[in-house]
Amino acid sequence: MNPRGDSTSGSDGAAEPKRKSKKPRYSRFTQQELPACKPLLTPAIVVTTFAFIGIIFIPIGLLSLSASGQANCIPEQLQNDKVAFIQSSTTNKTCSRTLTVPKNMEGPVHIYYELDNFYQNHRRYVKSRSDKQLRSKASETETTNCAPEATTSDGSVIVPCGLIAWSLFNDTYSFAVNSKIIEVNKKNIAWLSDKEHKFGSDVYPKNFQMGGLIGGAKLNASIPLSEQEDLIVWMRTAALPRFRKLYGRIETDLAANEQITVTIQNNYNTYSFEGKKNLVLSTTSWIGGKNDFLGTAYLTVGSLCLFLAMGFIILYLLKPRTLGDPSYLSWNRNPDGHY
Amino acid sequence: MADGERTAFGDLLRPIADPPVRPDLISLSASATAAASAAVDPPHGSRSEADRLGASLKELADADARIVFVGDPGRTDPGLALPGNAVRTAKYSFLTFIPRNLFEQFRRLAYVYFLAIAVLNQLPQLAVFGRGASVLPLAFVLLVTAVKDAYEDWRRHRSDLVENGRAAPVLDPAGSGQFRPRRWKDLRVGEVIKVLADESIPCDMVLLATSDPTGVAYVQTINLDGESNLKTRYAKQETMSRLPSITAGSVTTLIRCETPNRNIYGFHANLEVDGKRVSLGASNIILRGCELKNTAWAIGVAVYTGNETKVMLNSSGATSKRSRLETHMNRETLLLSAILITLCSAVSICNGIWLAIHRDELELSQYFRKRDYSGGDEKYYNYYGIAMQVFFIFLMAVIVFQIMIPISLYISMELVRLGQAYFMIRDKNLYDESSNSRFQCRALNINEDLGQIRYVFSDKTGTLTENKMVFQCASIRGIDYSEGKDPSPNGSDVYCVVVGDQFWRPKMLVKTDPKLVRLLRSEGETQEGKHARDFFLALAACNTIVPLIVGTPDPKQKLIDYQGESPDEQALVYAAAAYGIHSPLIVLGILGGRCCQIKIKIRRAKYTYICRITDRGDCVLCMLGCALPCQCSTSHGIGFAFKTQDFWPFLSHSYCLCYRLQLLSSTLTASGFIACCMSTLTHIYGRNIFTCTPGICRFNVLGLHEFDSDRKRMSVIIGCPDRTVRLFVKGADSSMFGVLEKSIDLDIIRATETNLHAYSSVGLRTLVVGMRELSRNDFEEWQSTYEKASTALYGRGSLLRAVASSVENNLQILGASGIEDKLQQGVPEAIESLRQAGIRVWVLTGDKQETAISIGYSCKLLTSEMTHIVINSNSEASCRKSLEDAIAISSKFVTISSRAQNTITGSGSARVPLALIIDGTSLVHILETELEEKLFKIATVCDVVLCCRVAPLQKAGIVALIKKRTEDMTLAIGDGANDVSMIQMADVGIGISGQEGRQAVMASDFAMGQFRFLVPLLLVHGHWNYQRIAYMILYNFYRNAVFVFIMFWYVLYTAYTLTTAITEWSSVLYSVLYSALPTVVVGILDKDLSRRTLLEYPKLYGNGQREESYNLKLFILTMMDAIWQSLVVFFIPYMAYRDTTVDGSSLGDLWTLAVVTLVNIHLAMDVFRWNWITHLSIWGSIAVAVMCVILIDSMWFLPGYWAIYHIMKTGLFWLCLLGIFAAGMIPRFTMKALAEYFMLNDIQISRELEKFGNFNDFTGTEISMSTFSQTHPGFIR
Repeated sequence: MNPRGDSTSGSDGAAEPKRKSKKPRYSRFTQQELPACKPLLTPAIVVTTFAFIGIIFIPIGLLSLSASGQANCIPEQLQNDKVAFIQSSTTNKTCSRTLTVPKNMEGPVHIYYELDNFYQNHRRYVKSRSDKQLRSKASETETTNCAPEATTSDGSVIVPCGLIAWSLFNDTYSFAVNSKIIEVNKKNIAWLSDKEHKFGSDVYPKNFQMGGLIGGAKLNASIPLSEQEDLIVWMRTAALPRFRKLYGRIETDLAANEQITVTIQNNYNTYSFEGKKNLVLSTTSWIGGKNDFLGTAYLTVGSLCLFLAMGFIILYLLKPRTLGDPSYLSWNRNPDGHY
Repeated sequence: MADGERTAFGDLLRPIADPPVRPDLISLSASATAAASAAVDPPHGSRSEADRLGASLKELADADARIVFVGDPGRTDPGLALPGNAVRTAKYSFLTFIPRNLFEQFRRLAYVYFLAIAVLNQLPQLAVFGRGASVLPLAFVLLVTAVKDAYEDWRRHRSDLVENGRAAPVLDPAGSGQFRPRRWKDLRVGEVIKVLADESIPCDMVLLATSDPTGVAYVQTINLDGESNLKTRYAKQETMSRLPSITAGSVTTLIRCETPNRNIYGFHANLEVDGKRVSLGASNIILRGCELKNTAWAIGVAVYTGNETKVMLNSSGATSKRSRLETHMNRETLLLSAILITLCSAVSICNGIWLAIHRDELELSQYFRKRDYSGGDEKYYNYYGIAMQVFFIFLMAVIVFQIMIPISLYISMELVRLGQAYFMIRDKNLYDESSNSRFQCRALNINEDLGQIRYVFSDKTGTLTENKMVFQCASIRGIDYSEGKDPSPNGSDVYCVVVGDQFWRPKMLVKTDPKLVRLLRSEGETQEGKHARDFFLALAACNTIVPLIVGTPDPKQKLIDYQGESPDEQALVYAAAAYGIHSPLIVLGILGGRCCQIKIKIRRAKYTYICRITDRGDCVLCMLGCALPCQCSTSHGIGFAFKTQDFWPFLSHSYCLCYRLQLLSSTLTASGFIACCMSTLTHIYGRNIFTCTPGICRFNVLGLHEFDSDRKRMSVIIGCPDRTVRLFVKGADSSMFGVLEKSIDLDIIRATETNLHAYSSVGLRTLVVGMRELSRNDFEEWQSTYEKASTALYGRGSLLRAVASSVENNLQILGASGIEDKLQQGVPEAIESLRQAGIRVWVLTGDKQETAISIGYSCKLLTSEMTHIVINSNSEASCRKSLEDAIAISSKFVTISSRAQNTITGSGSARVPLALIIDGTSLVHILETELEEKLFKIATVCDVVLCCRVAPLQKAGIVALIKKRTEDMTLAIGDGANDVSMIQMADVGIGISGQEGRQAVMASDFAMGQFRFLVPLLLVHGHWNYQRIAYMILYNFYRNAVFVFIMFWYVLYTAYTLTTAITEWSSVLYSVLYSALPTVVVGILDKDLSRRTLLEYPKLYGNGQREESYNLKLFILTMMDAIWQSLVVFFIPYMAYRDTTVDGSSLGDLWTLAVVTLVNIHLAMDVFRWNWITHLSIWGSIAVAVMCVILIDSMWFLPGYWAIYHIMKTGLFWLCLLGIFAAGMIPRFTMKALAEYFMLNDIQISRELEKFGNFNDFTGTEISMSTFSQTHPGFIR
């Protein structure tokens, strides 16, 4: 009695209940095999890139330089001192200067005033405004950030409040060529978007510049803020301590060597902060204003790239190597490391 | 058993992280179940003995104890103070989510930093950003994490609901004695609960009774500790016999147990029934999470419920480690903080100087206006003196420049690691078909460490090998039988057990040697045949295996599955079965034709018995389904049993008696009525029947001495049919040769030793088997001492050990067995790859030296050209000497090889490879002494280190040896509980989810199915992860630094007052929206090299080992690049717009767009592989930035209203942008081009190779495989 099983097969696993396989399903994503391109910095690509940048940049640089050359610019420094002089409301602050137009300037010629050393980006200063108050009459009392020019000493609200509005630039300029007054167009010097949406047409100046210290210009209380373009221009605070702001435009052309007489009402107090005032007449080019920097920069970058392209060509010729040659792999190289 | 003692005497509150030490795989199972203790106290070896000892020594004080009135939850817990059985794995509830989640999140220091900055910003003097803008980034990060946590918690809530809603039959407290189903969450301490077969146990219960008359219940603890084998638990006879009165409530039973703790291997309690006190141990409790198996039902009383159950107390998460890269990152973060403080100090000091210089002007100047005139009196407006101003400016500068420390990096890194883990888990190359297990990421924050490993410490058994032991050969009386033939697939020569019309055959088929088979068939005639039979009898009897009957699709065929804790024992039992000697019980079927099935129903549980009347009139009862046969000696017994209709109490009552009767009449001459349980293992002496071919013989197991690590052997005493009593011993050769009778059979012993040496030299695990026939006197002497020892109250374990030692001597040698420990698939190749990758593989094993060395050869760790340095020392002095010798040898070899290198150019790797082989005894004297330094010195010179016979703690000690002395990353890989300490010690711990349970997996950071997965894991995923995270960290530092520097340059033009031209919203969104997504996408998806290349050239792994992708030099270069780019971004627009009417907002928009585009282009330039997701994220981010800037400038209430539209109209804007990109990128592009072409870098070359090279033609780098020819160690030829 030695029973031998005549069992059919060795189906060991059959006894186990069928388990749910946890085998990950194949997909290109889960196996990280998504089709992809593998860029390599081959000599060709490197040289082409540099050459391409050089070839693009140099013409742009030349073009910008020429554009910048076309823009004319007459800065005129206005010098005066004495804080007391400027603070006095009685003295006559008129002065006149004569400018010579160096080149023909086609209209419109933009008139800018330039302030230097005036930190319109000073933290105390940029914060001291109320956009809500400027936009609508309903928010007249929104003067939270406007200190110290939020209210008058008796507590009534100042419109427009804040240091920015308070310090509104108030020099005026008039121009004459051969005693003939040149019309200065002061319309549309501010952004249309500001006029329409940021400064309310129902907001009128109120209690403005009534405090102990006069910061700058006074506003006509009968004109709504949206029409006070000087204010709107001023309120768009400048990025840098030296800045220009548009004063107006001369629509006529100015011929070369013309003598322009500028009559300046030197009202704005720059002496309290050792600031400087400049008056700039300029036409614009497509890149905006006279500026040689960008052209020079482009030329520099462009020629540097061309130089690098050359350099790389020489390097590649001097020390060539086959791309993807496994004999360069560190463990295939000779121990002394030359290849 | 070291295991049991530790558990019992150790601190009860010992955390799970310190698992019990498993006697390390020394040849025999260290099974917990031991034989032959008194039946009154179900035997549980030294463990229960130790439990009892512990309990009696340390009587539970009532104050600390929980008193459970069995069946009376009301009295147990009158105030409802104990928690119900509802479990909450969910962390949060609806109400507590927000506070608790916030608390959890703010445990990260970085978040506290950002919170502090946000709070600073709320002070009116310091308010740099609007309130919303300053809180937004932190809020965003918190929100993302909170959403993630909430989702995970919701899933936990759902599973809790399912768990709590399950039902279990509970004894009706009204006293009806009926069990009624109740939901798990309503269970209370003190209630009596019934668990049926294959059901999970709802709470921690003390067993009162089981369907088995002896009170045994089998539980599977796979959910608890992951071990899949069955464990035995016992109900006390005191409660078994009184169950009816307990359920009826007529007997007051109470249990005093310790307060809930997390020790799953210990339980401390005593039971008081009818005024009698019995102590309870870990073997009397079944724990929540286990499943009842092979037992029709079990009744228990709930002692710990809900969150107080041991499984819940143990469910703490994985340990959190911090990756090497993150540690380095912290160093650079400190540097960045230094830069940040420098910038802030510079700004504030400059501001102070500026204020001092302009002191006089500021009173009046329009942009400052120090005084407030509006009130009439001339007080200062917002001015607190220069010192305070400087202080404020400093704090404001911290707020403005805060993103120098990249907050988004922390969340990006988490996302990236999550993504990387996703891809690792989904990788089909890391999926193990055989165990159906995916890769597991248990620790989420050390992904990148996988790319920097230098040392791999590997366990052998179960890690390098499959831990599926296969019996290969036997040496019987000095004759070697190793010509195994594979069993034929139709199983025609397999010995089967016939039960009725069913065939039961062993689940695993074993090769058989035809010579041996012939010998066994001729048994009885020759002396050799008798020896062979005795040999296999010893293998079949001397074990603690539990047989299980498993069904197959064919109803006539069943499989016998021998379950046990030791795979070696399993292999031996299967081998015995293959040679016709089946292990216990299931043999019943063969007993003859007169079988009948009897179905009886006792207390609702149905039993099917096979009843068979033997020739002698004995009756054998076998309970199917739980494999517990009962033997009744006469039909009288059966008749009685059935007549009473109450079989079970009768059995338990007579239990004690029957065992005594049997013991006295070991030949079992059917004395009166005896209902005798032949429990599977141990309980009663006459438990086992073996059949031998030809014919059936019955052998009664009279006693069993369990394995312990001191004796290193186990023995069994068997009463044979020829009325002799024999002792069979099996054990490790080292312990066996000492107890052999050397005076006779000396040549046989010699021959066996030769065979043993041959076996172990091909990697087989060996065991020696011996036998002694006991004379009547010997037996009686043994019997009395044994009985005394097994009923002793104190020190039973040591007494039993003494009995065993006294009887295990003067043995006659039977033979030795060789078991193959099969190598896992792909192990030699994996080790070769790792070695090429510059990773040193150390093998730490508990096996003996010869086995370890042979496995070392077969897995190509050792090669024939290696010089072996062997250290086997017994004392500190000899250790010192051998270490010094070893250093001398190694230095000689090193100098020789270096000279060889100098003279023979071109053969750079011509170093003589060294292998260090050291054993555990030597390590005892070396580790944690000053000799460690020497060992370190020699071990780091050697190419291979093999430690054999090491204890678990020594494994950790060796890991610590390297970890303490070097910066190198260590990885430990193992599968068993003995590897846990090593896994926790190493920088990266990997658990193999294999045969030996899940303790290693629970302690590990990553878990996978096979050792060979280490290659794709380290070489591919590790490399990618490291490269990706490293690049991402550098990029994030760069990206935020560029932005901060741009703001800093501007600050110099604002009288140092920290005005920002870039709107606050843009500066907030910059790092979370404008440039965050591409870094995450690139961090998850970018691959510098393809999987194939990385596997083909394992040396590429060196990139991570040498920290080439992230180091201080790269950081400084990146920072310098950042400064250059910030200069370009700032000064090109500055110079270009200097003489224009440009306003701050417009210029700010230009800077914003320039920097966003520039950093994204920078990233784009570094992307290795462009797929559509990369394209979408990079170009999409730029588009999103443009849209956001436009959107911000469309808000009328912001100062920058419409600025972007105005500036975009001018040509200057576009020229500036173009110029910035070109000028900003030139240095980086040039450096990159130069580096890629002229500084040879393996990764670069391989990338080119991928693109241009022809992979298939190229074979030059293949390193010649080792010349060792033997690939399969299985046979001796």
